[in-house]
Amino acid sequence: MPPILDVRHYTKRFDMHVLNGKRINALTNVSFSLEPGEIVGLVGKSGSGKSTLMKSIYRTYLATSGAIYYQSLRYGPIDLVRATDHQIIALRRDEITYCSQFLSVIPRVSAADVVAEGLFRRGAGRTEAWHQSRDYLDRLGLPQELWDAYPSTFSGGEQQRINVARAIIARPRLLLIDEPTASLDQRTKDVVIDMIIALKAEGTSVLCISHDLYTLDRLADRRIELKDGHIVATTSPVS
Amino acid sequence: MTNLSDNWLLKVEGLTKIYGEPNENSVRLTGPLFGSNICPETDSIVACADINLELFPGEVLGVVGESGSGKSTVVRLLYFDLESTAGVAYFNQYGNGAINILNESSQKKRFIRNHLMGMVYQNPKDGLNFRFSSGGNIAEKLLMAGNFNVGRIRERATELLEQTEVPVRRLDDSPASFSGGMQQRVQISKAIANNPPLLFLDEVTTGLDVSVQAKVLDMIRTLQQELGIAMIVVSHDLSVIRMLTDRTIVMKNGRIVEQGLTDQILQDPQHPYTQLLVSSLL
Repeated sequence: MPPILDVRHYTKRFDMHVLNGKRINALTNVSFSLEPGEIVGLVGKSGSGKSTLMKSIYRTYLATSGAIYYQSLRYGPIDLVRATDHQIIALRRDEITYCSQFLSVIPRVSAADVVAEGLFRRGAGRTEAWHQSRDYLDRLGLPQELWDAYPSTFSGGEQQRINVARAIIARPRLLLIDEPTASLDQRTKDVVIDMIIALKAEGTSVLCISHDLYTLDRLADRRIELKDGHIVATTSPVS
Repeated sequence: MTNLSDNWLLKVEGLTKIYGEPNENSVRLTGPLFGSNICPETDSIVACADINLELFPGEVLGVVGESGSGKSTVVRLLYFDLESTAGVAYFNQYGNGAINILNESSQKKRFIRNHLMGMVYQNPKDGLNFRFSSGGNIAEKLLMAGNFNVGRIRERATELLEQTEVPVRRLDDSPASFSGGMQQRVQISKAIANNPPLLFLDEVTTGLDVSVQAKVLDMIRTLQQELGIAMIVVSHDLSVIRMLTDRTIVMKNGRIVEQGLTDQILQDPQHPYTQLLVSSLL
């Protein structure tokens, strides 16, 4: 089977016109691939380019050069760098989910609805989405009295759990997840890890940024280390 | 949010609106490169030029830009409030998408507007008739779309006011006695009364206070999700764009300077003007 994701010579440079054309080389000539059902941990210091890489795959960032091949159910092999905006929108809805470090809250939408929306967007019925959303929030230990409250007032850890639940509930083919266990206690951390492992068992491929060694040990089949926008090491499961 | 098929709902090419007496250089000598939309040779005003866009069924497209960038002109041309100088627009729900709707007779334009489109203006006075009750305003739209059953019209008006959280007992009151946020919600009720596949929203939350703004935006989001209406949302407010849209067009001096996925526009803007706009966000 071909890799589900194949990043080829990817380079991302930011040109900041408002700062007199200041240039930032965020990623340089990055190549790696992700096999179907594999979990790859993306590691490296803050500022090494981990999130930039993830946002590049999700097409929040436009490429400076290089290609990102993705094996899509809908389109077959497709270069995410050159796909149309409408193709990307369809892929985001049906196949690729990105879970950022921070929850971007939507005013006046309850925690349970924020989570259910992930499913609803993929065509699930209201009631079905509603039930599953409550099940996920329950398993993640979010107190029941918060389910119909607005997340803008929640603590960091509570928002984090909603964010993770929202991403995982959709059972994406490719999950890009940034620091899923930061600011969580040990018990909740294990729940999140188990949820991601369950997704993997269903065939989801995962790219996961983490600074947490415990999370990486339990999750990652392989680790890729970034430094100053370059891949400096790939650790296979054997070593 | 988006209910995408692989076919466009609306396709616009070369849409242009010029006021005054332009010559052959008017479009060439205006735009972001010149920092102006006034033709130096003729003083004609190029409100927008060479606008190309595709909107997919159920998609929400944002149009941002400063005052005078031409963003409202674009939706007013497409809703036939203004007459275009050049350009074509095809609508796949009309004439199999093969007819340039901008060239249709005024009678046919009225048909398209009444049956297939809705518009919500920044100023409720532009979209509502304050001499009619709020129910009467909704009825007007339904009558124009060919619904003549009075009982059914009243039922639909009630249903719409409930959906937009306007107290139903105010059905027979004029919107003149309503708060700004309520007027806006009546205007939205009216705009969607005929279940249009396409809705234009022109600065609909500008001038409302933050809590009312959140309520109106939330309502638009819910309506969009439940009814799957495609929308073009014009706003100078990037947080409105962020909350409502999948894709965004950035306009300056009557031209599109950049378009892309909304998160890309906000996090990795390419054009100097978009970078300035995003970096000015509070």
